Amino acid sequence: MNEWRFIVGTLVVLSVGALLSHTATNAYVYYAGFVALQYVVISTGWNILGGYAGYVNFGSGAFVGLGTYTAIFLFNSLAAPLWIQILGAALVGGLLGLAMGYLTLRIQGVYFSIATLALTAVLSTGIVNWKYVGGARGITVLASQPTVWFPSIVSYVFFAMLLLAVISITIARGIERSWIGRGLAAIRADEQAAECAGVPTLKLKLFAATVSGALLAMAGAPYPYYASYVDPDSAFSINYALNALAMPLIGGTRTWIGPLIGALLLSGVEQAATVTIPSEVNLLIVGLVLIGFVVAAPDGLLGLAGRRFTQGKRP
Amino acid sequence: MVVELTSNAIVSGLLLGGLYAVASLGLTITFGLLEIPNIAHPTFIVLGAYCARFINLQGIDPVIAGFIFAPVFYLGGVALYQVYFVSFEHRGRSNTLQSFTFFFGVALVLQVSLILAVGVDLTSVRAAYIGKSLTIGIITIPYRLIVPFAVGMVVGVATWLFLTRTRTGLAIRAVAHDANALRIVGLSPTRAKRHAFGIAMMTASVAGAALIVVSPVDPFVGTQYIGRTFAIVVLAGMGSVPGTLAAALIIGLLESLVVTFIGATWAPGISFAALLATLAIRPSGLFGIAR
Repeated sequence: MNEWRFIVGTLVVLSVGALLSHTATNAYVYYAGFVALQYVVISTGWNILGGYAGYVNFGSGAFVGLGTYTAIFLFNSLAAPLWIQILGAALVGGLLGLAMGYLTLRIQGVYFSIATLALTAVLSTGIVNWKYVGGARGITVLASQPTVWFPSIVSYVFFAMLLLAVISITIARGIERSWIGRGLAAIRADEQAAECAGVPTLKLKLFAATVSGALLAMAGAPYPYYASYVDPDSAFSINYALNALAMPLIGGTRTWIGPLIGALLLSGVEQAATVTIPSEVNLLIVGLVLIGFVVAAPDGLLGLAGRRFTQGKRP
Repeated sequence: MVVELTSNAIVSGLLLGGLYAVASLGLTITFGLLEIPNIAHPTFIVLGAYCARFINLQGIDPVIAGFIFAPVFYLGGVALYQVYFVSFEHRGRSNTLQSFTFFFGVALVLQVSLILAVGVDLTSVRAAYIGKSLTIGIITIPYRLIVPFAVGMVVGVATWLFLTRTRTGLAIRAVAHDANALRIVGLSPTRAKRHAFGIAMMTASVAGAALIVVSPVDPFVGTQYIGRTFAIVVLAGMGSVPGTLAAALIIGLLESLVVTFIGATWAPGISFAALLATLAIRPSGLFGIAR
């Protein structure tokens, strides 16, 4: 029953998206929609390691930026179509996640998080020094008209992002409901106890790090087509690192719905805010909201709603 | 020529290491000993730099300004620890995800507040010794590196003596080992930790002053120091003050050699590589005690 509802829901979302990508006359719909959907992918991808297993990744910007530049590299060297760029980004991001995990997840505790703190600076330095993909000055990517199926490049990229969002949520939901998800939850609750109970903790952590890295990088891959100009500062923006953390924590980290709610909420607020307030103030507000949630509502909005619900049921 | 270049790079690298040492000391206490992942520490160092500059505008030496502000930072640290304690440790959920996120948020809010308050331009301080240098044979050393080095070493040795020779220091090291044991002998673990957190924050004030003496500062400098200081603390061996001094000198030296012979843009990768190498090869660090 539940499975069917999820499948039907996904199909409805996809067909509405497909319809929208052909009918919307105002290009702003695509731009705003792209950002919201990219946030959904980032939030969901981050949550697989950060939320389910409790290993915080502060380097989301590094993964997203790496995906963006993988796409640029594939476009520049092979003139690869978008779906190849996305697959390439997923591969590279997954490998980065696996490598980071292999080096730092063998030790329990905070080392993984600390290594990811420095990751963004290191990768963006690498890109700044790499002339082939534009270096510090950035690069212009002019996509050719995609296919006969889509009226414009923005609507094509919008639909691609919608597909990525649906895929990432399906993956996250699948992981959550399988033995892998239960293993990750055990790691988050008490890693030593999980290890003693026979949970293959290292393997599960590495798996989560790989999937999470791949999804984060995938979120960055369509960006060159969307923005048509990319520089290291925008591709490795601090916003990604902050938002990736803030969205699941605002929504709730235990299920796939939490990151989705957080992403839609945050992107909605940001869309409203960018028109009215400077971006620094925007960052400040997100930071304060993040602190507020961590201190007062560590299980996010879903946790708050759940608490109210159970309290209401109690006689 | 190469000899000259190399020896200058070595000397300035070691001197830079003195600055890195005082920048990392606070984390050695909070993260190394107390296991509180205070990633906001480098941002507090930047705040310290701006405080030093503020006093410097009245004509007072920036390093002295750093010491003047240290008590204020102590109180700030105590307050911050109290919020952390009430929100996390007190409720028995010192979950790393949440405490990490908390300090990340604090760092971000502080950084953005600095941007809104002082703008994004580089600012520097004035002092009699800035701009002059000492020449010994083929080696030229700017005083703006010597003064922070001296500050770093003095504060480092003072912290080490405090932790090993005083009863309070002993309590702080004890709480790192076993908080319950401290409670049994009639001392409050929370008080010891609060005090330690305040002292760690005092070092941020001094480190900020040293930082702005070495080079001009903008609100974004903190992000460079996150990777660097954590790399030093892990390389040192968690909670080891002599290790911190040694690791800071090593990182300073490596960075200076890379800047001289490969290029300045590669310097940020050094601390990251050092961090990963430490974790992969010797996770307990140089001076680490296996706990």
